[in-house]
This record gives sequence, structure tokens and C-alpha cells, in this order.
Amino acid sequence: MASIDIQDIRKSFGTFSVLHGVDLTIRDGEFIVLVGPSGCGKSTLLRMIAGLEDVTSGDIRIDGRRVNDLAPKDRDIAMVFQSYALYPHMSVADNMSYSLKLRRTAKEKIASAVGGAAAKLGLDPLLERRPRALSGGQRQRVAMGRAIVRQPKAFLFDEPLSNLDARLREQMRAEIKKLHGDLHATSIYVTHDQIEAMTLADRIVAMHAGVVQQVGTPLDLYDRPANLFVAGFIGSPGMNFFEGCYLVSGDQAELRLANGVTLPVPQRAGIEPGATATLGIRPEHVVLDAHGALEAKVDLIEPTGFGIIMHVSIHDVPMKIFTLDRAMLDPGPAVRVDLPQERLHLFGTQGQRVE
Amino acid sequence: MRSKPFLTVAHRLAILAYIVVALFPLFWLLKVSVTPNDLLYSEGVRMWPSRATFEHYTFVIAHSAFPTFFKNSLIVAGSTAVAVTILASLAGYALSRFRFRAKYWIVALMLVTQMFPLVMLVAPIFKMLSPLGLTNSLTGLVIVYTAFNVPFATFLMQSFFDGIPRDLEEAAMIDGATQFVAFRQIILPLTLPGIAATLGFVFTAAWSELLFALMLISGNDAATFPVGLLTFVSKFSVDFGQMMAAGILALIPACLFFLLIQRYLVQGLTAGAVKG
Ligand SMILES: Nc1ncnc2c1ncn2[C@@H]1O[C@H](COP(=O)(O)OP(=O)(O)OP(=O)(O)O)[C@@H](O)[C@H]1O
Ligand SMILES: [Mg+2]
Repeated sequence: MASIDIQDIRKSFGTFSVLHGVDLTIRDGEFIVLVGPSGCGKSTLLRMIAGLEDVTSGDIRIDGRRVNDLAPKDRDIAMVFQSYALYPHMSVADNMSYSLKLRRTAKEKIASAVGGAAAKLGLDPLLERRPRALSGGQRQRVAMGRAIVRQPKAFLFDEPLSNLDARLREQMRAEIKKLHGDLHATSIYVTHDQIEAMTLADRIVAMHAGVVQQVGTPLDLYDRPANLFVAGFIGSPGMNFFEGCYLVSGDQAELRLANGVTLPVPQRAGIEPGATATLGIRPEHVVLDAHGALEAKVDLIEPTGFGIIMHVSIHDVPMKIFTLDRAMLDPGPAVRVDLPQERLHLFGTQGQRVE
Repeated sequence: MRSKPFLTVAHRLAILAYIVVALFPLFWLLKVSVTPNDLLYSEGVRMWPSRATFEHYTFVIAHSAFPTFFKNSLIVAGSTAVAVTILASLAGYALSRFRFRAKYWIVALMLVTQMFPLVMLVAPIFKMLSPLGLTNSLTGLVIVYTAFNVPFATFLMQSFFDGIPRDLEEAAMIDGATQFVAFRQIILPLTLPGIAATLGFVFTAAWSELLFALMLISGNDAATFPVGLLTFVSKFSVDFGQMMAAGILALIPACLFFLLIQRYLVQGLTAGAVKG
């Protein structure tokens, strides 16, 4: 178990710069989830921590020790790959014990470690099989087993569940959470999946274009996104945005959209009157109300079974609404909505959150 | 999908025709090798002589220098195959996995070596080897064959390494292996088909090489089998029966060798066709 300290890490491939100075302190036993769009450098960061990729500049410390120049084998870190990367010519048991054999662990110790991990993951009946004789879910488990047998300082996961079907993913997600509850191992987990990020993380790190946008608990990021990127990235269906001109008259503030519609917004000292600002509201926070202040034309209804996603437009400005109200399956051509003031997020000209 | 019977039959017939065409010369080799000398020209063109004999075989084995040629060939082809495969595995791995500065130029140079007709190189190579005492020696042949086969074998091995996901050795390195240990314990076992293919390819190439063997070797002691075959050609006649018998015998090691490696070879030729 270990803390990981990342200071001003940069990475370039030739002249192409991927990470532009990442700082991150991960506490002992913490579960960190890295999210961000494809190509933002999540895997690169993970591989640098593992030692598979050179560090262009900056420092990585594990338990206070600088590991920049340490080979992967000397970092005592385990990694679960998206492709699982099981050794095809070895049995499940051999796959799991390989790292211990390389460390010349005593035979009895290997047997008990493999046995323990196999029991934890329900792999007992599969130990003699080759990876190709396993289903995707079983392979995934073996990859997890291979990581946990040797009790490393930290676990790295690079989209470990993305090759599984939805049902299995849900199940493995819960198992990973349980495993972390048992082992309390420092973990860094890369995913594209909103729910994985929200459910697993102690803290989420949202990245975009090689820069960390926000670090915080899942609810921090959901309730108080630091900028437009995080606001749009976290949450599904994604947050609605309205860009307009921030105007103040007396103690009333409003946002005038390009099409002339004005939306009342809370007054914020952080925005100059007359400046461009963006208002955000999550689809689940829009209130459907027969006496609502705004009229919205209904464009499309997407029932999800659990709830309903309504695509509407307010004077041609599109907006999504999420509701649990079954009556909205057939809402008619238009509905009236309210945007509750306490649910609004305001972002300044640079896209930063303004309180 | 059920295939149509007509197509299946046509398909099988086409394969059969191909096999017949490919194997007929071998059959003829066998036929001549068992035809007694007195019947060779007297019976006209027949599929099988009216009387078969093994006398050519016994003569070739007992009274000619053929066993020496055979042994020499075995040594040369075997050593070349092993040397080339070791070099090509290491070089192919490096080309597949490492980035290094001169990589582009090394690849280009290796391609260039494949562009010359070998005949052009006979004289300079002879000139280089003779002061080193490597003409008329099996070692010299092994060196020359190895040099000529390494580039192609390297590309062959590289393509096999390219087919093995990089994740595997990265996983091994995280598990605690050095890059070399990962290569030896994880990657190499997965490349066995490639290694078998390379061994087979180089072995046959060296086994049947004539040009350099002819130019670099004089005298029977260091002659390989293709050169040795020419001893059956005398000024006034060609002893076809003995020559063909020797030819049949020379096929045996190549056949045995392929029998030995074919399990891996078939895997190798289909490797990468299916993900999994
Ligand atoms: N070896 C490499 N050489 C050059 N560029 C690379 C290399 N590896 C990654 N990159 C580039 O670095 C950027 C970040 O890649 P990375 O794999 O870290 O993204 P990611 O956030 O993991 O994306 P994804 O979610 O799709 O896995 C990409 O633009 C990629 O093209
Ligand atoms: Mg990635």
C-alpha cells in the first residue's frame, strides 16, 4: 500500500506534447478514477506511473521515493490491461503465479496466494485452463487475480471492463468495489464510463487535452463542476448549456441568448455585466410545470424504461429534460418548464465556474 | 453456410490437379532412380519400368562420396538454420519493439542486400574469404549462407513479433520481468510457429544452394550435396540412375525436418487470421 505523488508531469512523443504538467497527490488506500475524452492522455499518465513510458519532465514518487528512473519491475505496481494481456501459453494458475515465481517466492506461499485470490474471484474451477478457453468475463477475473496475488503497492486499471457486456460490467464493477473495500489498496482506474467513475471513486480526476480540469469527490464534480468541460463531461444525459449576454438591472440578473430569449439567473459578482456567460442546468433538474415560465416545443421522446429523456427546444435552443413522470410519454406538442434558480450553474467567459 | 456440392467437387479437383503437377517431377525422380541402366533408354516413355531395382541406391551409399556430401550438407544447412534463426529472432524483436536512431537505415540496408543478383557477389566474396582460409571450408559456407539469409529471416521474424501484442511483455515487465526475461519466457514461446517457419525456410535454402557451394568449394571433402550431384555427370555420360537415387536420398532430411516442424508451421501460416 502506498501513496503516489505526481508533480508537474509532462510527456511528449517527439514534438507532440500529450501531458502539459499534471499534479496529483494520491493518498494511501485511495481509489482514484481518471476520466476524460479519448486521447486526453489518461493511458499515457497511467503507463508513466507503471514505468512503461519515460517521463519527459516532472517527478513521480511512490511512498516518497522518486521512481522516474526505476524499471517497471522495481516499482511493485500491478496493472490490469484493457486487453487483459493474459499469457496465452500459460494456465490460469501459472498466469496468476508468474509474478511470484519471478520473485522466487516459496512454493507453498505461491500456492496459498493463488488459492486465496482464486477463491476471492471464483476462479477455483478454472485454474488449469488456458486463457483461450475462458469467456471474456473469466479472462477479466484472471487479469484481476494476477494483479492481486502479489499484494503490490498500488493497482492501475486501464479501462478494465470496457470489453465486457453491460450486465457483466455492472457485476464486475460491484466486485471491484468490494475488492477495494477488502484490500484498501491504492488504485488508479481509467474509464470512459460515467457510472463506474461515480460509483467507484473516492476522488475523480477529470482530464482534458493533457490538463487536469478538476479533482474532487464524485459529488463535488457533479454538484460543483469547476468549468464547462467538467460540467458537460460528468452526468448522463449531459448538462444543458445556454450561452448569452449577462445583464443586470437592479437586483435582477438575466442571460440574454442570441435569439432574444432571456433567462433569469442568480446574480454573481464574478461576471461583468455585459460579458458573455454560460448557464448550465442538468436535464434531471429541469422542472416540468404546467405554470412554468418557459414554453418548450417537444422534439423527441426517448423512454429509457427507468425514466424519460425529452428533447425540447426553447425558441430553437435545444434542451434535454430527464423525468420519471410516465405521463410525459405523450406530452403533446409543447410543455411548460421552469429552471429552478438553485439548480443553475453559471460559467464565466473563460468557461470557469462563477459562484 | 452450406457449400454447394458442385463447387466442392470442382475445388477438390483443382487441388488434386495442382498436387499432381507439383509432385510429378518427384515421381519421375523416383521412377528413374529405380530403373535399371539397361532399361533406361530401351523401354521408351513408361510410367514404371518393367523391372525395378535398388542397385543405384546401394551403389550411391556404399561406393560413392555421397555420404560425405550428405553429412556436409547436413552440417551446413543445420548450422545455418540455427545461426540465422537466433540472429533473426533477436534482430526481428529489436525491429519490432525498439525505437532507435539508425533503425530506418538498417532496414534500408537490409533491403538493399536483397536486391543484387547473387552471381555479382561471387567474386568479391571469394576474394574476401580466401585470405581468411574460409574457401573450401564448411565454416565459410555457413558464414556466407547466414549472411544472405539473415535479412529476409529478420523481416519474417519481425512480422511474427509484430503479431504479438505489446501488452503481453508490458504485463510481464510489470509482473517483475526484465525486458529480456519477458522476451524469453513470454514472447519467444508464442513465436514458436515463426521460429519453425524460419528454421524450415533457411534449412531448405541452405540445403539446396548450389552457386556459392560450387564457387567456394573445390574437391569432394567439403562439397555439399548439390555440388556432389554434379560428380555423377562425367565428360561422356550422365549416370541418371545414381543421380536420381542420390536426389531421393537428399530429399529425406528436408522431408523429416518439415514433418518435425509442420505442427508449428501450420499454426504459423494461419496465425493472426483469427483474433483470440
Ligand atoms: N507511442 C506513442 N507515440 C505517439 N503518440 C502517442 C503514443 N502513445 C500515445 N500517443 C498519443 O498521445 C495521446 C494520448 O494518448 P492516450 O493513449 O494516453 O489517450 P487516452 O486518454 O488513454 O485515450 P483513450 O480513452 O482513447 O484510451 C493521443 O493523442 C495519442 O495519439
Ligand atoms: Mg487509453
